[in-house]
Amino acid sequence: MTLANSSSNSEAIQKLQPTGWMKYISFSLDHKVIGLQYLVCGFIFYLIGGALAGAIRIELTTPISDFMPRDVYNQVLTLHGTIMIFLWIVPVVNGAFGNYLIPFYVGARDMAFPRLNAVAFWLIPPAGLMLISSYFITGAAESGWTAYPPLSITSPAAGQIIWIISVLLLGGSSIFGGINFIATILKLRQPNLKLMQLPMYCWAMLGTSILVVLSTPVLAGTLILLSFDIVAHTGFFNPSLGGNVIVYQHLFWFYSHPAVYIMVLPAFGLVSEILPVHCRKPLFGYTTMVYSIMAIVILGLVVWAHHMFTSGTPPWMRLFFTIATSFIAVPTGIKFFNWVATLWGGKISLNSAVLFSCGFIINFVLGGITGVALAQVPFDVHVHDTYFVVAHFHYIVYGGSVFVIFSSIYHWYPKFTGRMLNETLGRFHFLLTFIGFNLCFAPQHWLGLNGMPRRVAEYDPNFAFINQISSLGALLMAISTLPFLWNIIWSAFNGGIAGDNPWNALTPEWLTSSPPPIENWEGNAPLVTEPYGYGTINQEDLVEPTPESPSEESSQ
Amino acid sequence: MTTITPINEDSKQESTVIESHADHRMFGLAAFLIADGMTFAGFFAAYLTFRAVNPLPTNAIYELELLLPTINTALLLASSATFHKASKYLKQTKNGLCQRWLMITAVLGVAFLTSQMFEYFTLPFGLTDNIYASTFYALTGFHGLHVSLGTIMIFIVWWQSRNPGGRITIENQFPLEATELYWHFVDGIWVILFVILYLL
Amino acid sequence: MGLLFGGLWIGQNINLLPLGASANAPIYDELFKVLLTIGTILFLGMVVLVVYSLIRFRRRPGQTGDGAAIEGNLSLEILWTAIPAIVVLFVGLYSYDIYERMGGMQPLNHHANDASSHEHFNSGNGRIWGGIGSSSLATPQQSAAIPIDVTAMQFAFLFHYPKGDFISGELHLPKNQPVTLRMESKDVIHAFWVPEFRLKQDVIPGQPTILNFTPTKTGRYPIICAELCGPYHGGMRSTVVVEGAEEYQDWLLSNTKVSTSEK
Repeated sequence: MTLANSSSNSEAIQKLQPTGWMKYISFSLDHKVIGLQYLVCGFIFYLIGGALAGAIRIELTTPISDFMPRDVYNQVLTLHGTIMIFLWIVPVVNGAFGNYLIPFYVGARDMAFPRLNAVAFWLIPPAGLMLISSYFITGAAESGWTAYPPLSITSPAAGQIIWIISVLLLGGSSIFGGINFIATILKLRQPNLKLMQLPMYCWAMLGTSILVVLSTPVLAGTLILLSFDIVAHTGFFNPSLGGNVIVYQHLFWFYSHPAVYIMVLPAFGLVSEILPVHCRKPLFGYTTMVYSIMAIVILGLVVWAHHMFTSGTPPWMRLFFTIATSFIAVPTGIKFFNWVATLWGGKISLNSAVLFSCGFIINFVLGGITGVALAQVPFDVHVHDTYFVVAHFHYIVYGGSVFVIFSSIYHWYPKFTGRMLNETLGRFHFLLTFIGFNLCFAPQHWLGLNGMPRRVAEYDPNFAFINQISSLGALLMAISTLPFLWNIIWSAFNGGIAGDNPWNALTPEWLTSSPPPIENWEGNAPLVTEPYGYGTINQEDLVEPTPESPSEESSQ
Repeated sequence: MTTITPINEDSKQESTVIESHADHRMFGLAAFLIADGMTFAGFFAAYLTFRAVNPLPTNAIYELELLLPTINTALLLASSATFHKASKYLKQTKNGLCQRWLMITAVLGVAFLTSQMFEYFTLPFGLTDNIYASTFYALTGFHGLHVSLGTIMIFIVWWQSRNPGGRITIENQFPLEATELYWHFVDGIWVILFVILYLL
Repeated sequence: MGLLFGGLWIGQNINLLPLGASANAPIYDELFKVLLTIGTILFLGMVVLVVYSLIRFRRRPGQTGDGAAIEGNLSLEILWTAIPAIVVLFVGLYSYDIYERMGGMQPLNHHANDASSHEHFNSGNGRIWGGIGSSSLATPQQSAAIPIDVTAMQFAFLFHYPKGDFISGELHLPKNQPVTLRMESKDVIHAFWVPEFRLKQDVIPGQPTILNFTPTKTGRYPIICAELCGPYHGGMRSTVVVEGAEEYQDWLLSNTKVSTSEK
């Protein structure tokens, strides 16, 4: 459904928009174009961030600092963290898939605020370019993505200020996106579509957007204060001027812990879309899934200080945050059991999308278990700020979110382009990524437990062998990108024609052509009240899968 | 946050559904203001923590007069009321009266800013003297920025609600309503700020 | 069942930790074993479930149609709300117990009062922020904790011994004697970490922090800075030497002489 008083207007605008590939580098207002802009832009930044990770792993193959100067190493790790979080995972799991899918799921022809949407995207490339160019012009920020003062105040100012400006721009982009998602889900929903009939990804995005709107501004305010400390020599976080460094940590983690949920909740939503389609089963326990998302949102806002157990926080605070953090395991656990129950008794096509989703489940369970362990103060006091933590959060954001991003690309690529991806390459990609990832990060748990702190360029020579294994894993991960890149580029021109609905899915984005027309549906928007009605909805109503569809040749 | 164009319930089954876009814009603005409010909340939290945890060095000066800010509070509260009056007149298509009350609101806003500047110049401490002072300036400055923006918006709205020729009419109230909501928000933040900074 | 025993075996027999050399290290290792056991059981259980489902319920060639339309099951949902809840409750209570045995729940000013150097510790700017401390583990006869001032700076730790009034670059400690470190940073945030002691505490500029512990095994262990503090963060290391009471006294005396003669 469209907005009558603006539809003629927006059609006129659409006509003025460039067509063909040019539209992807224009100020397009089409949510699908913006979604793909987010995806491609994010992926380019992922390659850059990955190259930086490669540089870090090369440095760490030897126990001495020999590959790059020490200050450059700190710049590289700061850029790696910032790019991967703010320019890859957050924009892609929220911006890319959110923009592409949410209007379909609520039965709308676009987002609530198309112009704001385009602005939100176009804040990202300049912010990212600025961040990266700071390395070449002035030297990038050196204080880690956490930018803890007083290190961030005393290290070279130019890079740090550029870092702050980029993060502020990216934060602004994320807030605009969040407002847009909330408005679209709550206000642009088809009148007959109840909230509890929405696909799970809508709920995940609603929860995520609430977190974005509530917590990102706090980070913005904090960084503004930090920039005052750097530029105007105020003393908010500068102890030599009477400031308090712990206040920064509280404010920073008030955003940056929810940021973890901003990165994984949409991933949870995407998995909940992908698994039922390929298992041919309804999503198990829809209602509890919804409640557990909301429970994670609420709990996610009150657990931030578990990042600060060694910062001298008082005992009562440690106790409170231990309890709150541990309890996040309950709604999260429910979601994982529900996914397994969705698999159970299904007719699972073992294609790349499912493999990546199941890889996600396995990785995330491990990351979640180490997460609960880290929430325990006495345990954390030993491993805080070590490679154990590095391993933990890579299991969450890479093993979790990035695996889901790949899974989602395999799942929705036919919709994006109208062509199928090559399954063999996809499975090869999964195998390499899964092995490489676990080889890279599993040994890091041991490193952390045995005394290797994070963010170091040099370490105890006893750890060299394990670090080399880890670097080998990183190399495999880097190689694993190649079949994927080849696959997405080659298939865009030569892949099998997908047809409207290659997976026989029931969610609304499949009930239109691939790729979809500008306003999503030629005729009326379909009202989908049972997005997971597999097994109950009459099979004759659906188009039979095309012979070259991978869902047919799955079991080999 | 009132709906302007009535939603035609029956026509929703048709492919061309008439819906009030302005309604969503107000919703979006409200969401944005919640986000903006969280920035202030962060600043307040920082200020209160500093007050609770970091004692003021013995030679540092941090004293605030109460008279001027109380007048400022009165000015802003009054301006909220006058803005409300203006928007009521617009709904009665009395654009002239609406403009008059908008002008009064804008004048109150300017008066607030002037008075705030006067306070800045007479305070015995500067931005970098101590963290209480820094946080004071950061908070009032950030709020003042909001008031300045709001005042500019009111002037624009004032100009656009002239009749004839203005864009803001009974059919297109959104700019005025949005500015009003924003103004009330800025006003509300001031009340919290006044209590926390001056009274506590 | 096999899973359960497998997890138990792994938890009890796989040692991923370095040597434990402080009074709270054995307690920590106990917690770690329990966490590792529970974690292994849950993780392996999940992996087995996922892999089994993928193999058992895979779509065979020529198979069409949908799976069973099961949308939920209340008792199952309750079951797997209960499983994580019970695990988390158990882990939480257990780690609280561990934490208390490590002395984490005692207010830190109380520690400072216990220490003989009460005056000394409160001579700073009054407020003391604390880390976990285990001086409560000390046996009664070893009542007084040795106070040592730690100064962290880019990129070194300095240890000031009030008893001899000298500064050392290496931390020497007598075995089985509680120690209280009063730590302060000159520039940025550092962290004092001795993996063998299972202890870490940030060293914060402007806010002294306290760390209480009792070393129990003689040896040389690394002191590692665990908070990014600048380009040479990775090189910011020192050594703690735990030695017998006599060697410690000798070391203390020899250093005292040197520093007084220097003056």
